[in-house]
Amino acid sequence: MPTRLFFVIGLTILLLGCSKDQVKEEEPVEVTDLNADSTTASNEDGAQTYGAEDESSSAFSQLDDPQSPLSVRIIYFDYDSSEIRSDYRSAIEAHSLYLQQNPNTSITLEGHADERGSREYNLALGERRARTVKQQMLLLGANSSQIRLVSYGEERPASDGHGDASWQQNRRVEILY
Amino acid sequence: MKNFIRLFLICFLLLPFKSYAVLDIKITQGIEEPIPIAIAIFGWSQASGVAPIDMSQIITANLTRSGRFNVMDVQDLPQSPTEFDAISFGDWRKLGMENIVIGNLVLTESGNYNVSFRLIDIYRKKQIAGFRIPTKPNLLRRVAHQISDIVFEKLTGIEGAFNTRVAYITVKKDNTKKIHALHIADADGHNAKILVESPEPLLSPSWSYDGGKIAYVSFEGKNSSVFIQDILTGNRTRVSKFEGINSSPNWSPDGSHLALTLSKDGNTEIYIMNLTTKSLKRITKHDGIDTEPTWSPDGQKLAFTSDRSGSPQIYEVSIKSGKPKRLSFEGIYNTRPRYAPDGKSITLVHSTGNTYHIAVLNLNNGYITVLTDGPLDESPSYAPNGSMVIYATTGRRGGQLAAISVDGRIKQRLGLHQGDVREPSWGPFLK
Repeated sequence: MPTRLFFVIGLTILLLGCSKDQVKEEEPVEVTDLNADSTTASNEDGAQTYGAEDESSSAFSQLDDPQSPLSVRIIYFDYDSSEIRSDYRSAIEAHSLYLQQNPNTSITLEGHADERGSREYNLALGERRARTVKQQMLLLGANSSQIRLVSYGEERPASDGHGDASWQQNRRVEILY
Repeated sequence: MKNFIRLFLICFLLLPFKSYAVLDIKITQGIEEPIPIAIAIFGWSQASGVAPIDMSQIITANLTRSGRFNVMDVQDLPQSPTEFDAISFGDWRKLGMENIVIGNLVLTESGNYNVSFRLIDIYRKKQIAGFRIPTKPNLLRRVAHQISDIVFEKLTGIEGAFNTRVAYITVKKDNTKKIHALHIADADGHNAKILVESPEPLLSPSWSYDGGKIAYVSFEGKNSSVFIQDILTGNRTRVSKFEGINSSPNWSPDGSHLALTLSKDGNTEIYIMNLTTKSLKRITKHDGIDTEPTWSPDGQKLAFTSDRSGSPQIYEVSIKSGKPKRLSFEGIYNTRPRYAPDGKSITLVHSTGNTYHIAVLNLNNGYITVLTDGPLDESPSYAPNGSMVIYATTGRRGGQLAAISVDGRIKQRLGLHQGDVREPSWGPFLK
């Protein structure tokens, strides 16, 4: 668990740094520093660890930077389709490369569907979407053991609405580090 | 203190059922010429006090809700006879009444009850049916349902399904969290009980044919698992927890096997599990989605959904031979099959475009008859007498349940006062 946490913090800083400074060479230094800090903190007090986790997740939301393909964490799909649209290619490549370069890192691909039609079919559809993304990532260098699949079908909508806009947001695969 | 707790518990148990009744069932469309019937107030053996249950009220509600009866309002009854000889046939005939149910509730010395009732044809002055039923206090409501079943069958020719239960899932929003619950309730919405509650999604309740167990899918532990829960004891076992999807449980008619969908071998495929040995037999083998298996009433075949042709359609496979045959050809989307109890048709979710409807596929000629208006209807399941289909529909207030007769002439809405309700499954006849 700590390794994953440090990775998350590290990646956050990495990408945050990236969007601010556009200087990639500087980031590893910051990552090391923060890792050291949070190790001390968690040794002292468990509550601190939670604080670090919260910060990292709030930082994630700032990462919608088109210049960093790794910040793409959601892949959207067409109706009843699990084909990956070509505009997601660079994001999937970036994640695959990241996994290849960080063999101890693992991700969960969470497949979802919109509410239309039957729930069990949608569960299978969400699974196939996640599986399609996984297969792409494996072809691009990730290792099978780094990727866990889960499908929630239509059970965990991103948007609770009942129209095209909501449905589009709900047909997705989330990439969770 | 102990006694106080016990007293408290007893008081709690004695609270009227109504406080637990979550489903509010209303008829929204009935047949054009409903059968006129009067249900007299049942006699009560004790001089003092009131009867523990209003049998006539329960029977009245059942028959009214079926959409096939025009039941006289209790305040309009010209008399409330409890014996055959006390019926003023002339008065009833003047009112155009054709049938009357009379009955008595007798408290026995042992604290149990004898319920008796007669269904009488007013014009012919003849008894159509009459029974005495000895019963226990906690089964009085059930007896009222059984009486309703007998009256229904004698006058419509269709086996009644009032003495049955339904299972369904509710979702409540609690601040940011969602609480999912699997309930069972009597077919009239009363006597609702929660079997499982979870912050993670619950779905696909499936009844065992003896009505004693329910299989369902739960996401507790961040992945889908299939559980089987004993209704009486609440004990449950996790029967399937493979990597990937564990979904769509469906019982074999003899209760020995469970059909289910697993993705452990690559993609979603259909398996049957021997519930004694837990061994699995793989039924489908295809790159496409194969899911939503359901057992034919004779236990020889499974119907399921597959998109192997490009769009989701219904297929049928013999468990012995394993060769799937496509059943549905109309529309771009046909999913979630359930056989009618006679095995001659399948109810399913059907779409030709943007709206989703409950439909019936005739297995003799392959025609699909659409029953509901949509726009987002799902999870159809037959009543055990095959006359109605219960399903989930999405409205302004979220998910609601509804039921429609297989000829489309009778509609019921089964609403919750608040929250979302979905995934209904109509249980078997209660023994």
